[in-house]
Amino acid sequence: MSETTSQITPARAKPWNDPRVRSLVFQLVAIAGVMWGGWTLVDNTLANMEARGISTGFGFLEQSAGFGIIMSLIPYEATDSYGRTFWVGLLNTLLVSGLGIVAATLLGFMIGVARLSSNWLIAKLSLAYIEIIRNIPLLLQIFFWYFAVLRNLPSPRQSVELGGLFFLNNRGFYLPDPIALPGFGWVELALAIAIASVIALRIWAKRRQQATGQIFPTGKVSLAILVTLPVLAFLATGAPLDWTVPELRGFNFRGGITIIPELAALWVALSLYTASFIAEIVRSGILSVSKGQTEAARALGLRQGLTLRLVVIPQAMRVIIPPLTSQYLNLVKNSSLATAIGYPDLVSVFMGTTLNQTGQAVEVVAMTMAVYLTISLLISFVMNLYNRAVALKER
Amino acid sequence: MNQPTVSPPKAPVAPIQWMRNNLFNTWYNSLLTLAVGYLLVTSAAPLLNWVFLDATFSGESPSDCVGEGACWLFINQRLNFFIYGFYPEDQQWRINLMFGLLALSFIPQFIEGFPARRWLGIFGMTGLPILGYILIPGGSFGLESVPSHRWGGLMLTLILAYVGIFAALPIGILLALGRRSHMPVIRGFCVVFIEVWRAVPLITVLFMASVMLPLFLPEGMNFEKLLRALIGITLWQSAYMAEVVRGGLQAIPRGQYEAASALGLGYWKKMGLIILPQALKLVIPGIVNTFIALFKDTTLVLIIGLFDVLGAVQSTVTDPAWQNVAIEGYVFVAFCFWVFCFGMSRYSQNLERKLDTGHRT
Repeated sequence: MSETTSQITPARAKPWNDPRVRSLVFQLVAIAGVMWGGWTLVDNTLANMEARGISTGFGFLEQSAGFGIIMSLIPYEATDSYGRTFWVGLLNTLLVSGLGIVAATLLGFMIGVARLSSNWLIAKLSLAYIEIIRNIPLLLQIFFWYFAVLRNLPSPRQSVELGGLFFLNNRGFYLPDPIALPGFGWVELALAIAIASVIALRIWAKRRQQATGQIFPTGKVSLAILVTLPVLAFLATGAPLDWTVPELRGFNFRGGITIIPELAALWVALSLYTASFIAEIVRSGILSVSKGQTEAARALGLRQGLTLRLVVIPQAMRVIIPPLTSQYLNLVKNSSLATAIGYPDLVSVFMGTTLNQTGQAVEVVAMTMAVYLTISLLISFVMNLYNRAVALKER
Repeated sequence: MNQPTVSPPKAPVAPIQWMRNNLFNTWYNSLLTLAVGYLLVTSAAPLLNWVFLDATFSGESPSDCVGEGACWLFINQRLNFFIYGFYPEDQQWRINLMFGLLALSFIPQFIEGFPARRWLGIFGMTGLPILGYILIPGGSFGLESVPSHRWGGLMLTLILAYVGIFAALPIGILLALGRRSHMPVIRGFCVVFIEVWRAVPLITVLFMASVMLPLFLPEGMNFEKLLRALIGITLWQSAYMAEVVRGGLQAIPRGQYEAASALGLGYWKKMGLIILPQALKLVIPGIVNTFIALFKDTTLVLIIGLFDVLGAVQSTVTDPAWQNVAIEGYVFVAFCFWVFCFGMSRYSQNLERKLDTGHRT
């Protein structure tokens, strides 16, 4: 007996059949392949750039750009450096993305809720909106707003006017610009104090409620503090704010804030398009909260509004947040379509004009891609933090 | 949710009662209904007039468009350009043949129980691209050669979308397998590749393909613009495809992997025969959704100077011979895209519902 068992010692696997050896070999081959591919690319690129007389390195960022940009959030002159064009483009991208995210979220939540309305007309109208807008390419919608709508507005002399303060024409939308006079700092200080005290109040109210069960009307008191303090400071310092009102001089308006049509078209199109996706996300999020939750909340005696705020929305948010994050990321990436209508965003200014003028393709493209990668990682990081905070706490 | 399998029969509801239940159930709903209804009625009449009653449908020249309504004559006259671009007119039968075969291989996929549906689908993924590679550029078998800069319009849009999706599928599957691999190096490469491509906008990819690809290649090797765009779109799309396929791989229960291993199947046999057939079936709706997104995104190629259907329309609405036909042009393109994307999304929703009844763990 013992003889026979000792004879069947398991045969040692041949090295090429040993999974560990194989996986090691595969990985080494993969590293070698990627390194070889990368080295070939770098080698080819360097050779090609030398053949075309393109210098390498980031020295070009210091050179004078020599082209104008129609819109800039920071002071910019044509004599400024290429490095500055990068920041101008980046800020413009962030501006339109930020505006778009806010508008798309508001509109998307409204339409998503309207889609579930008990009013047949409203529900069907929201459905029609969603199905039409999200099945039409975004670029086409941007073109529509820019070339078909905003370009066909009246000329500056026949502007649509609102109270002599707001003007709308084919050169843009003009509104009064506030100018802070000395003493406005006090108002800002008052606002900061108000915000700090509201936060303190919330913490105190929550503690008190947990200790005693008494509910403090936090919302109303917060609102009162936020409004009264700055207003009082504003009046006490003698209203230190001036407005420059846009005026028609020559062929165009001067003064005030101008929203150029490129920005307006991009903003409207991005918001409307993304809102249609957000609406579907919101709808499925709300539907995912089972009916028993609502009924249980009502049985506990919570009113309709409180049921929504304390029971339905927090649970729906768990389902809504992950896809909402990817919609925000999409919006930021889609804002690069600006280049098709000439809004000076990062891609249009830096990857367009700067790249064409300097020919430094590798550096410019790498910087642009790095920006989008950073924004992407940042938004997903923040949303993941939030998601972790609202996720189901399983014990 | 536990729902009874048979819902109670619906009682017939009188129109008045229906309106009271669905339109006027509360005072604010009544107000909303009245306000929205008023807006709808007042905007519908001018819209109908513009689209149909006052519109010009036929004629000879731009001067025939005199009415207040839409100038559909413009679309009518330029339709050939919008569909074929600069493709020579006597060679357009080749494109028409491809359109016909494309429809023949993929439309039956929407129809339950169509004869030889599977074979048509397989043809659409294998024979069709080979035939297209021979027929569309020409230059062999005695066909006149048509260089790619003469391609344009709807046909170019379909070429971009088709190649983008079917070239990205195998790469995406490999990437998804790599991302689920136990080898840290392979997994790392795949994660970096997928995340980088997914983070950058398609425009930068297209720019890169048109500006940087020539720099990457050895001296003397160069592709034409269309091929460069196709390479860029394929790589970009493969990252999205990988994520869709990964979702399917994750949905396959562990027992399937273990059973396949217990049967003594190696990695590729396990994946190819057991896991992927189940995973890919699960993710068909996801693939269709990515396809819809890609189909809409193909319009971006006009930025690097290719004339897809939007590019073709955009270049003609600025033609000074026609006055203000931008809206008509855009409505036409929007309609083309909408019909296609809406149909596809309905299909994927139906499929999702159908697949949902299957086994779940």
